[in-house]
Amino acid sequence: MSFFKPQGAAKPTQKLTADPALQPWVEKYRPKTIDDVAAQEYTVAVLQKTLTSTNLPHMLFYGPPGTGKTSTILALARQLFGPDNFRNRVLELNASDERGIAIVREKVKNFARQTPRAQVVGSDGKTYPCPPYKIIILDEADSMTQDAQGALRRIMETYARITRFCLVCNYVTRIIEPLASRCSKFRFTPLDTTSSAARLEYITRAEGINVDQAVIDALIKTSSGDLRRAITYLQSASRLSASSNPPLPITSRDIQEIAGVVPDDVLNSFASVLGIAVDDAMDVDDIAKRANGSFDPIRKKVKEIIREGYSASQILSQLHDLVVSHPTLNARQKSRCALVFAEADKALCDGADEELWTLEVGLRVNKAIS
Amino acid sequence: MSLWVDQYRPRSLDELHYHKELTERLRSLAASGDFPHMLFYGPSGAGKKTRIGCTLKQLFGPGVEKLKIDQRVFLSPSKRKLEINVVQSNYHIEITPSEAGNYDRVVIQEILKEIAQTQQVDLSAKQRFKVVVLNEADSLTRDAQAALRRTMEKYMSNMRIILCANSTSRLIAPIKSRCLLMRVAAPNETEMHEVLKYVAKSVRIDLPPEAAHKIVEDSNGNMRKAILVLEALKMQSPDLTGPLSIAKPDWETYCHKVADLIVQEQSPARVMEVRAKFYELLSHCIPPTVILKTVAERITERVDESLKAEVMHWAAFYEVRMRMGNKKIFHLEAWVVKVMSLYKQFFYEMDISSFD
Repeated sequence: MSFFKPQGAAKPTQKLTADPALQPWVEKYRPKTIDDVAAQEYTVAVLQKTLTSTNLPHMLFYGPPGTGKTSTILALARQLFGPDNFRNRVLELNASDERGIAIVREKVKNFARQTPRAQVVGSDGKTYPCPPYKIIILDEADSMTQDAQGALRRIMETYARITRFCLVCNYVTRIIEPLASRCSKFRFTPLDTTSSAARLEYITRAEGINVDQAVIDALIKTSSGDLRRAITYLQSASRLSASSNPPLPITSRDIQEIAGVVPDDVLNSFASVLGIAVDDAMDVDDIAKRANGSFDPIRKKVKEIIREGYSASQILSQLHDLVVSHPTLNARQKSRCALVFAEADKALCDGADEELWTLEVGLRVNKAIS
Repeated sequence: MSLWVDQYRPRSLDELHYHKELTERLRSLAASGDFPHMLFYGPSGAGKKTRIGCTLKQLFGPGVEKLKIDQRVFLSPSKRKLEINVVQSNYHIEITPSEAGNYDRVVIQEILKEIAQTQQVDLSAKQRFKVVVLNEADSLTRDAQAALRRTMEKYMSNMRIILCANSTSRLIAPIKSRCLLMRVAAPNETEMHEVLKYVAKSVRIDLPPEAAHKIVEDSNGNMRKAILVLEALKMQSPDLTGPLSIAKPDWETYCHKVADLIVQEQSPARVMEVRAKFYELLSHCIPPTVILKTVAERITERVDESLKAEVMHWAAFYEVRMRMGNKKIFHLEAWVVKVMSLYKQFFYEMDISSFD
């Protein structure tokens, strides 16, 4: 049965065979040691201590995507056990594995109750601390069912002597309270600009590609603190530029296109149809005139945008940025618009029809500011 | 004898008519050997599937056109049997996980793992990896999307995933950040004219400009619809001259009738009449969202300017409720009553706010 193969084992062996040039950069530049983890000083400092003392609590890592949660625990495990022991000391389960209550009862429990064998020197000559316990990494733990989480409770306590759990999740509120209270929590904050820029520059140097500051800025801006997303965009952009002949330099426009960002001119024309003054030259009378009898122009514009294939949620978030940072709208108008955006976002998450809701947002924003 | 849509569908990247820049991009990606996971999105009939097919051909050569259709059976966790149609060639596999409804996660886990854990056996293959095409990716459940996340990273060396969706709004961010996004916009009017001319030339008929213009206007950026209409018109009048009437689908005329009923009279009896019509439409498998949109659009053409925004607002409002809820007819009807009361209120300046 495929899931009885140790998952942790599958990974390092694959690493050897995969051609490094074809690897996604997110895997290639995953931090090897926890010192390499970008930002997250507090977490790194605490985990550094555990490396020297070789004692580890149960851990719960939470934070937005792309902040280095999985990377941190993998790097820590590698540093603790070394490549040889990694396979029989670490069990990694994520949402792509079946993780119902049955698996928790059998697989996790079986792995948890094994007593680890002692091992001193790794095959590469280095000595690793190799403390006398195993680590079970439950990645994306917030997608586990309540029942499965419930079944973990007692297991965590019973085998605490020989097994440590590390839960990784985005939303700490979806972890049931009894589990959360058994773990020491580590919050991962979105990456600040300087550390993401440093990491991106390191990768561009290592890959030998040439990008200017504007591109790095665009990457950081579009990815909003998600380093994985920034690296993926960078790789896609470099692929595109390298495969054309002759190689073109990467521009910040490329990054925007890859990220699916709606171009500014499209958004501005939409905003001006809604009656939001985009450039300062337009005076108030002009806006008032537009607000009358605005239904048909708005509907036409919405149809156009939908035809172009832009996603409604992207338009929503960009329109939101535009309205919130708008210089002339007053606070009341802005807050009315914010209400509209919030409602529309909920509707879109529930799977509502994109065209109807883009139109709805357009009409209501128009009403709110006129 | 196949439909023109299929017969004249471009088979390779060189034959694609519009979005030259995108085509160039696809070509260079396919040539580079460093092919990423991809997500194609855009309105229907814009040519997403065609582009995927062409890219696959560019990657693997003509071998991808040798397709076979299989039916695979999966067991859901509760031991229920799920049947899924699988289209595959030696190099790629195409599935529509939403066929399995709520159990799409099982399909994703089983199929992807199976493919990911076997390497390409054909030594003469151009690429070391296989491609999985997932259709209707935006209707994947959250669970299924979560299951995709790590798989996409872990098995990158054996497999690439191409997702095909109408919009990216319903995909979770981790999936989007792992894919290269490819936006396929609907063709503009000149591009559609070009394609129609090409099709007409290939079947050796004469396409008068007025007819072409009418088809383009009617199809609203949907290339597939345009070509189907062209073929239908050809059947109607072989030389495509004279007054052409593009037959509207009968559900559309039926929807328009409903809209007219609503505008004509507002009374409980009329609501009953409308309900009967809605039931008729629903029983013919017209999606409720489409019904709501068509009727609402027709009503906005009929009513006063100041009411239009309200009508659309409530349409949007009840559309979400319809998705959250279970019985579609309740929400359709609630919307009709709401529109009727708005209309009456507007006419008689009546105060019926107590109904809210």
